[in-house]
Amino acid sequence: MKTKNYFISAIIIIALSAYFYSCSSKSDLSKDTDAASKVYVAPGSHDEFYGLFSGGFSGQMTVYGLPSGRLLKVIPVFSQQAENGWGYTEETKPMLETSYGFIPWDDAHHPQLSMTNSNPDGRWVFINGNNTPRIARIDLSSFRTTEIIEIPNSSGNHSSPFCTENTEYVVAGTRFSVPTPNKDVPISTYKENFKGNLSFIKVDKDNGRMNLEFQIRMPGFNYDLSRAGKAASKDWVFFSCYNSEQANTLLEVNASQNDKDFIAAINWRLAEKYLKEGKAKDEPGKYRHNVWNDDVHSATSTEKNGVKVLYPQDCPGLVYLIPTPKSPHGCDVDPSGEYIAASGKLAALIPVFSFSKMQKAVQEKKFDSDVEGIPILNYEAVLAGEVQNPGLGPLHTEFDGNGYGYTSMFLSSEIVKWKIGTWEVVDRIPTYYSIGHLMIPGGDAAKPWGKYVVALNKITKDRYLPTGPELTHSAQLYDISGDKMKLLLDFPTNGEPHYAQAIHADLVKPNSKKIYKLENNKHPHATLNEKDVKVVREGNIVRVYMTTIRSHFMPDMIEGIKVGDIVYWHITNLEQDWDIPHGFAVMGAQNSEALIMPGETQTIVWKPERVGIFPFYCSDFCSALHQEMQGYIRVSAADSKTEITFNKGQ
Amino acid sequence: MNKHSILILLVLVLLIQSCGGGDEKTTPQENVDKGVGPIKTVFVGNIDASMVANGSKIFQAKCTACHKVDEKYIGPKLRGVTQRRSPEWIMNMIMNPEQMIKENEAAKKLFAEFMTPMANQNIPQDEARALLEYLRSLEN
Repeated sequence: MKTKNYFISAIIIIALSAYFYSCSSKSDLSKDTDAASKVYVAPGSHDEFYGLFSGGFSGQMTVYGLPSGRLLKVIPVFSQQAENGWGYTEETKPMLETSYGFIPWDDAHHPQLSMTNSNPDGRWVFINGNNTPRIARIDLSSFRTTEIIEIPNSSGNHSSPFCTENTEYVVAGTRFSVPTPNKDVPISTYKENFKGNLSFIKVDKDNGRMNLEFQIRMPGFNYDLSRAGKAASKDWVFFSCYNSEQANTLLEVNASQNDKDFIAAINWRLAEKYLKEGKAKDEPGKYRHNVWNDDVHSATSTEKNGVKVLYPQDCPGLVYLIPTPKSPHGCDVDPSGEYIAASGKLAALIPVFSFSKMQKAVQEKKFDSDVEGIPILNYEAVLAGEVQNPGLGPLHTEFDGNGYGYTSMFLSSEIVKWKIGTWEVVDRIPTYYSIGHLMIPGGDAAKPWGKYVVALNKITKDRYLPTGPELTHSAQLYDISGDKMKLLLDFPTNGEPHYAQAIHADLVKPNSKKIYKLENNKHPHATLNEKDVKVVREGNIVRVYMTTIRSHFMPDMIEGIKVGDIVYWHITNLEQDWDIPHGFAVMGAQNSEALIMPGETQTIVWKPERVGIFPFYCSDFCSALHQEMQGYIRVSAADSKTEITFNKGQ
Repeated sequence: MNKHSILILLVLVLLIQSCGGGDEKTTPQENVDKGVGPIKTVFVGNIDASMVANGSKIFQAKCTACHKVDEKYIGPKLRGVTQRRSPEWIMNMIMNPEQMIKENEAAKKLFAEFMTPMANQNIPQDEARALLEYLRSLEN
């Protein structure tokens, strides 16, 4: 029977694939001036929303204006970015340290805006690194990554980083269960040795600083996505899990055997209580915690070890499992906090659970059985309703705040709109092609802005001018202000956005930083005045204390460097005007340029390997005399007697 | 000067001409030209020594990368500036240089001559006033 189900699914997938790739996708919007006017943001005008898109395998985050779909910024997070020196300058390199060493790449999936009263507050946005488990925090006043914390005992940090009502915690569930602590065991001992850890990262309410507060040691399932509750359910976090079979090979088949997997409901307030009562065990777990400091314009990386672990078996009421059909992906809480929509990727319906019914079922102990001592609630007892025949491959749901849920359908490549309460499908619209997540501005919040839904599509094919085998990923913007959804815009995206969030510009724009004040620059190698520039030799290390202002470097003539020296260019940009960074590039540098913001100090290391004269120049067009912004550094032989000399202006 | 710079200069001159507005017909008398910006009137009396001391510090920190007192550098030499310009013009040039080099005839001429735009160093009004006092003190 189970095998038969699998074959039917496979046939459906093949048939649908054939259908979508043979039919023309082009609904003719080219003459639709109404659609055009709805996404037209006049030159010089601003978009209504900031859209924060994960970069997926780029390891970055990208910022788009919505509804125009204009790309505003690529924020380097887990990956180096030669464009501005992120991960190449001495100051930024510690941000990419992990317990495995320097890792300049990751797979970034889910942006999560910080919340106040379950609504985005515009302070920070968090994003997960999936491959080497990490969570980053980006400050929305500087749009810069200001903190990265590694998650120990986790592997495949996928159900991450979703935050609670007032950003008390961001949570991080492991997609791959692994032995904990990790050790050398036969993979076939999965059921015995492999565990799934759910991590709770506490966030300081004033400065956003993250701390790995505790982990919950769960059965060895795959923890896929998560959402926190709101209002009545605010003390709870819900995790979808698949592979309840605990298969360890060919999961494509073997993790799709059970009719139902689970949503794990975790009472995080109770977890805090158990933690205070000393129920947690201290266990090992190595990780790095990297923090950026705007005063010294530098990051530090701290090695940490150890984590407090709560075991559900020791903590009654901490965890309940809700049976959920077929490998759920999204488990999304509606604006009221009462309903939890579970999107079983391989299910033919969308079950929606009721938080109040769940509380009742817990009180009345309506349990079917248990997994490792964790009660499994009775499906019917917690079910609010089922959205019947929504389409194929439900993945993820967001809400418009007007009583409707919108679920992405990967296999049937469409968005389906359904009514909360009656559970009836009221509209559906195709996406091009194979939508993954979708996003409504505030669609996970208590008060969604609604207006638009963005489809984050997995397949692009013929939507744009072809660019060889590798194509941009395609996002699509739909108007959801009326009864019927309407496609307004396709726009190409950077990397592979898995998920995005959007926030009204009014919550972010007024706080946007323009410059770093020179008087606050506490960088140990800053040069705050042109008259203080110097070049200092310390053995074979040479430190150049340099300043930039339109349009010259000082010093711009340096001699006495020798082959084998290590030259640190400590460059302070003396500008105090918005949008006047200076770039620094020196011939033969084996890293990247530095792009130095006004008032900031950044450092590039250069190891001269040849004798000669080497030019350096400003790589960011800064004024009419930008081409004149240059200098020379002389490199002499290793045994040369040339003394250090440099100029200090006229 | 390379071809790049000449081209940029030409573009800038054209830009400035096209943005000039109605000012161009009047010949500004420099000593009563108050410039454009937040400063409408400044009261100047006897030199205030403490303000000069503060202004000197700010000058060292925020201005000397481009200005010298007694010689032309990236920008014009500054001894004598209070003879050439009104107090309001000087403070507007410090606080509002982008608009000044677009709209004020005298500032436009300076930009065309020096070609590096006067940098906006985000100087608040009290600091601009102290800088003015420092520049005034150079005349004695």
